[in-house]
Amino acid sequence: MSDRLSRRKLLTTGLAAAAGASGLGIAARLADRYGLIPPDDGGIYGVGETMTYAAQRLLTHHTLAREYTRSDISKIAPVKGEAPQNETYQRLLAGGFVDWRLKIDGLVARPSFFSLAELKRFPAESHIYHQACEEGWSFIAEWVGFPLSYILSLVGVLPQAKYVVFFGFDTNFDAVDKRTIKGKWNSIDMADAWHPQTLLAYGMNGQESLPPGHGAPLRVRIPRQLGGKSTKYLSWITLTDTVKDIGQGFGAGGVERGFSWYAGI
Amino acid sequence: MAETTYLPGLAIRGSDSLGSDSLDSPRHSVVVRITHWITAATFVALVVSGVAILIAHPRLYWGDTGGVGTPSLIDLPIPFMIGHSGWGRYLHFLSAWICVFTGLLYTIYGLLTSHVGKNLLPAKADLAWGRIWRLVWNDLRLKRPAEKEALAYNVVQRLTYLAVVFVLFPLIILTGLAMSPAVASVVPLLREGFGGQQSARTIHFFIAVALVLFVCVHVLMVCLAGFTNRVRAMITGHTLTGKEPS
Repeated sequence: MSDRLSRRKLLTTGLAAAAGASGLGIAARLADRYGLIPPDDGGIYGVGETMTYAAQRLLTHHTLAREYTRSDISKIAPVKGEAPQNETYQRLLAGGFVDWRLKIDGLVARPSFFSLAELKRFPAESHIYHQACEEGWSFIAEWVGFPLSYILSLVGVLPQAKYVVFFGFDTNFDAVDKRTIKGKWNSIDMADAWHPQTLLAYGMNGQESLPPGHGAPLRVRIPRQLGGKSTKYLSWITLTDTVKDIGQGFGAGGVERGFSWYAGI
Repeated sequence: MAETTYLPGLAIRGSDSLGSDSLDSPRHSVVVRITHWITAATFVALVVSGVAILIAHPRLYWGDTGGVGTPSLIDLPIPFMIGHSGWGRYLHFLSAWICVFTGLLYTIYGLLTSHVGKNLLPAKADLAWGRIWRLVWNDLRLKRPAEKEALAYNVVQRLTYLAVVFVLFPLIILTGLAMSPAVASVVPLLREGFGGQQSARTIHFFIAVALVLFVCVHVLMVCLAGFTNRVRAMITGHTLTGKEPS
């Protein structure tokens, strides 16, 4: 009796496992199609990461981060890390970034260069939002710039683009072999790229230019993710359908140092 | 017969079929046992990874914001150790997903069956301060429970388990979600309800401490009531009531 019972139990368990596995297979294919799988989906941690990213992508499509008022702005806006010490950045900084150009290319109709003066002629926006660092501290600051979506519309995004990749002067972005790029380069999906609060900022807290430590001359602000996603010292923005051929292929230099690509947490 | 001497599991079954039912009483259902151990494993992972995340900035604040140079609520007496929150977050969220699904399964099962109603809800007559205090006093003196007490939870156990399942776990999940900038954009009230992102972080920390204390007392009580017998009950589902707790 108990023998037959345990056999039946084994059978049902086996069938349930098979159904579960094929269900997971279908779910994975659907998730990939709808852009619910992050570039760092490998390994056991990738399972949790994919769950978080997929769940939040489904929930946050049109949601906005809270906008604060000027009286909420934190007295201290902590700086994480130092401005790049390399010769190129220091020369541009000394020259007030007059010779600096933002390159934007990849899967766009009109690859372009923009000077800081040109960017400052774009319709400017100011956003006051909360930003938490992955370490645990947080602050509220006002950021002035223009939506990333504005410049994306200017250069014309090709339909196959899936990621916007950001390179700052703290990376070796000019490496001939893109697989050798290291440092704090990062990428976001198109949902965040077109999001109205995703900003390219050149000023903050009433200052017309960013202090070097905060990412001068231009940085990204992505208020629905941790601060680490907001790449500083921008030099090059590229649009791509895969991040597999940049660095180690995880979509951000930080993943190579152990941090997850998606930081909506 | 020869086989039973090699397999202790069968030996227990054998004694049951002989009719000495006092030796082998059913204690925990299979769902309770499986969810208990998965929760235990994910809880350990959540505590380890939580500590890894916390030590990057071992200070607690109240309100929306906080950082070096702003007034803090509590400075934990440990140095700032950055570099562990990467794997910490990966492990924290992986275990959180498993823990939450396991907890949901347990709660739904407990509410649909008689588990919560019969095993956890205390009888009205038991909710008397004198009775509760006597039980707590016995526990504080580390008094070994009587053998028959192994078959059902007393009122203090019931209240504690109810608080853990229906207050502490929901609160630690909600404060965790309130810290997420993505979730805060979906349900701003969640973050504001806890008093801001830093307040949510602080409350999350204290509930974690409460849960760790619960686990410590829980394990201590299991040892007091007879470690082998109680752990056996949570693995096999049966408790040996005819024997001295080992």
